[in-house]
Amino acid sequence: MNLDLMAVKIRKHIIEMLFRAKSGHPGGSLSAVDALVALYFSHMNHNPKKPKDPNRDRFILSKGHAAPALYAVLAECGYFSVNELKKLREINCMLQGHPVCKHTPGIEASTGSLGHGLSFANGAALAGKLDKKDYNVYVMLGDGETNEGQIWEAASVASHYKLDNLTALLDRNFLQIDGHTEDVLKLESVRERWSSFGWNVLEIEGHNIKEIISALKETDNHKNQPSMIILDTVKGKGVSFMENNVDFHGVPPNELEYKLAMEELNTLQRKLEASL
Amino acid sequence: MIKQMENPRNAYGETLVKLGKKLKNLVVMDADLSKSTKTIMFSKKYPERFFEMGIAEANMISTAAGLASCGKIVFASTFAVFATGRVYDQIRMDIAYSNANVKIFATHGGISVGKDGASHQMIEDIALMRVLPNMMVFAPSDANQTRKIVENMAAEYGPMYARVGRADCPIIYDKKDIKDMKLGKGIILEDGEDISIIACGTMVDQAIDAKKELSKIGIKSRIIDMHTIKPIDKKLILDSSRKTNAIISIEEHSIVGGLGSAVSEILSENNCTCRFKRMGIQDMFCESGDPKDLFKKYGLSVKHIVNTAKSLIK
Repeated sequence: MNLDLMAVKIRKHIIEMLFRAKSGHPGGSLSAVDALVALYFSHMNHNPKKPKDPNRDRFILSKGHAAPALYAVLAECGYFSVNELKKLREINCMLQGHPVCKHTPGIEASTGSLGHGLSFANGAALAGKLDKKDYNVYVMLGDGETNEGQIWEAASVASHYKLDNLTALLDRNFLQIDGHTEDVLKLESVRERWSSFGWNVLEIEGHNIKEIISALKETDNHKNQPSMIILDTVKGKGVSFMENNVDFHGVPPNELEYKLAMEELNTLQRKLEASL
Repeated sequence: MIKQMENPRNAYGETLVKLGKKLKNLVVMDADLSKSTKTIMFSKKYPERFFEMGIAEANMISTAAGLASCGKIVFASTFAVFATGRVYDQIRMDIAYSNANVKIFATHGGISVGKDGASHQMIEDIALMRVLPNMMVFAPSDANQTRKIVENMAAEYGPMYARVGRADCPIIYDKKDIKDMKLGKGIILEDGEDISIIACGTMVDQAIDAKKELSKIGIKSRIIDMHTIKPIDKKLILDSSRKTNAIISIEEHSIVGGLGSAVSEILSENNCTCRFKRMGIQDMFCESGDPKDLFKKYGLSVKHIVNTAKSLIK
């Protein structure tokens, strides 16, 4: 499977879903895509036919508003039908605006209220250690999300308990609803913050799937510390007019924007297919 | 008569140790209060299954949900004030909404915390937990009932909250008496036809004492231990409304949102014509002081129950 092509496919799903739903969060969904593709289509040990397999690797989407990206990935993996994606955010659909673990196969944690996911991931990682299982736990955080104090409580615990079966990925796209992360509430230096909490920190290009996979391999093998992969990403990645545009944090494309976005993504898809 | 006393917190700690032997998937968490909540007993016996989370309650609750997602039965403990209000959103999202198998066992509930003052006197926890879908809520009345409730909490799946106070409590139940107790079923401790006193937690013993005083003046009371506030025992409340013409609810909690509210919801939706009075903290913050003095000042003494009963059936 060509993973770059899969990432384009996922981005198209996201645009379709949000246009249909007339609500949702394009920017942070698009920036998360490549890491999700790397995890689900290459790196993680998981089986869509056995979503509750006790030995599975776990992924927790702490930035729950990027649900469309995760739903599209899960559907393409085969956790549920791709047709479900059309009903995102509609009544009687299992695909809620933000992920819920009860009804959707493949969803580990109910998220949407920011700041909880790392703690939840710690719990799954602690259980893995206790049960001497060799699964890994991955959790994606938004950069704005790390304003939440609970993230730093969890950061302390992961390091205290030496959770080396845990890798966090930070979607560092520098934008949150009210604007640039450094204007809203300064985060830098992100790397030093996490290192000072006792984490193994890597900083990589967040849209290079190969690079993401090799970073994940590295963090899996790192011992005695939890790992943080800071993904240098672009909010709205893949749709030119959404890129680095905070207006598309929580606003879906209108009809014209939808057409333009799909044109861009289709062009990219054809280009990638031609190069195969 | 001197009452035999025992601390429900000790009963909790002992029961965890006992359950830990049987249930290998039982884990316990605390937020730097294990000496007070008595989870320290479990931590000494099963250190690998005890998780000290430090003074970071929000993280503890979400982490509990993560452990539960891997098949653990999780007991998470701290003081009631930190176990509910401080972490409401974490409980809502990660435990109630997710229907996680997490048991929040809080100690130091109510005003009998005493001298620490209103900052530590949790009188809204039952209300906060009662409004959460999927959540069951318990307030055991003595050490033996605490044992039984903790055992049941471990045995049944789902999000649950239980609270006990800080102080030693008079023993109400024989260990044998309590054997058949069921979650969600109130217990008629003593019967009488003039008035029903529906109590929970520390107020059950007060109600028993009030019954003795009331019988001296010819008032016969039914005493109910409503250890489960959610789901509330509707049948028993309706039965009491038919058998006695008056009902008092009493709790070491605000009169807003707790046991009294639960009882009044049942009465008002079922055309009950009996007289009814909620006793508890009157929608206010209390203050530092000896628990007995606080009960007297804030309307939870035996005398208050007797006077309320007298005026209600007049």
